[in-house]
Amino acid sequence: MMEHSIKHHLTDDILIGYATGTLPEAFNLMVAAHLSLCDTCRAQAESFDAVGGEILDLAPSNDIVLEPGSFAATMALIAGGPVDEIQVPRVSGSVLPGPLQDYVGGDLADVQWRGIGMGVKQAILPTSRDASARLLFIPAGAAMPDHGHKGIEMTMVLQGAFQDEDDYFARGDVEIADSDMHHTPVADIHEDCICLAVSDAPLEFQGLLPKIVQRFARI
Amino acid sequence: MNANNGKRMLWVDHMYRIRDDQDQQAFAELFGHFAPRVKGFLIKSGADGSLAEECAQEVLATCWHKAHMFDPARASVATWIFTIARNRKIDVLRKQRRPEPEDLGWGPEENPDQADVMALQQESEQLGRAIAELPANQRELIEKAYFGDLSHSEIAEQTGLPLGTIKSRIRLALERLRHAMK
Ligand SMILES: [Zn+2]
Repeated sequence: MMEHSIKHHLTDDILIGYATGTLPEAFNLMVAAHLSLCDTCRAQAESFDAVGGEILDLAPSNDIVLEPGSFAATMALIAGGPVDEIQVPRVSGSVLPGPLQDYVGGDLADVQWRGIGMGVKQAILPTSRDASARLLFIPAGAAMPDHGHKGIEMTMVLQGAFQDEDDYFARGDVEIADSDMHHTPVADIHEDCICLAVSDAPLEFQGLLPKIVQRFARI
Repeated sequence: MNANNGKRMLWVDHMYRIRDDQDQQAFAELFGHFAPRVKGFLIKSGADGSLAEECAQEVLATCWHKAHMFDPARASVATWIFTIARNRKIDVLRKQRRPEPEDLGWGPEENPDQADVMALQQESEQLGRAIAELPANQRELIEKAYFGDLSHSEIAEQTGLPLGTIKSRIRLALERLRHAMK
């Protein structure tokens, strides 16, 4: 499968937040999912990790004292063996990048969709409450749910495509919207659209119905 | 190869010795350099002394257990340890999972090409020098962003600088670093 070349990337601010570990979990999930599809942002993210490594290396350590017996305690931890990490094996080549499979607890077929009207479905993923992450399913040609942007919202296409007034978003592309944005993106007519959407505003259950429900032929 | 890059290659060699021979001497030296720095990192991120100590021990134990995952053609030892410490911080201090991207499918080879390793370690040395040479105000903000567990707006609050200034200084610093890497 030829990967479409991604045109809409994450910002440096978001990637720095991922490197420094200051983003809410839902945003980290968006970044991890995008990096799974985008070599450009992955290289950028690795360079921000490298900055962290150098800062760690350069940090003065003479004012930090380890507890007596620290090394012996660490050797004892090592002797105890590695901590088991329970990980569901990831499916490769799926619509869902690996990190999303971890949060779904399986592949696309395992997603617990809930209809929110007009054929649109969503599945909220279990992340910390300071932000939310959900998968959206929008039937081909239908309008995206109007979620009234509050705070920062990022939407990444996993399957199909959508377009707004200015741009076209396909697999891996991320649309970043802030509260000033008013628009009605529409799913491409050729295929049902599946997206990951994250937001740092509280989830609202009202207002998720498509504002303008319409069939829309792109060509 | 200058002295600093020699030091980086030495850490890489230590990682090989830990991976291949379970070499405690090599691990003791790695521990001596990095454990206090990891502990300092966690304290600056808001952990108290005993939690930071506990986490630093866990981070270094993870370095031993995951030595086979370290790929010197992709990261310096310091960078690799930083990512382990940062993930531990998110886990322990923020009580959150840390989603990681898919493996690239070309994970660490048994012995990656020595030229690739040298090039990457050389780059990381350049980066270290560039960070050390940043103007004090830019370096301080970068350190706060990485070490203080502060978002840009929290840095703004703490330093009294306008958010725009902070963003542009961090951007400037990273621009400078990027330039230095060319
Ligand atoms: Zn990208």
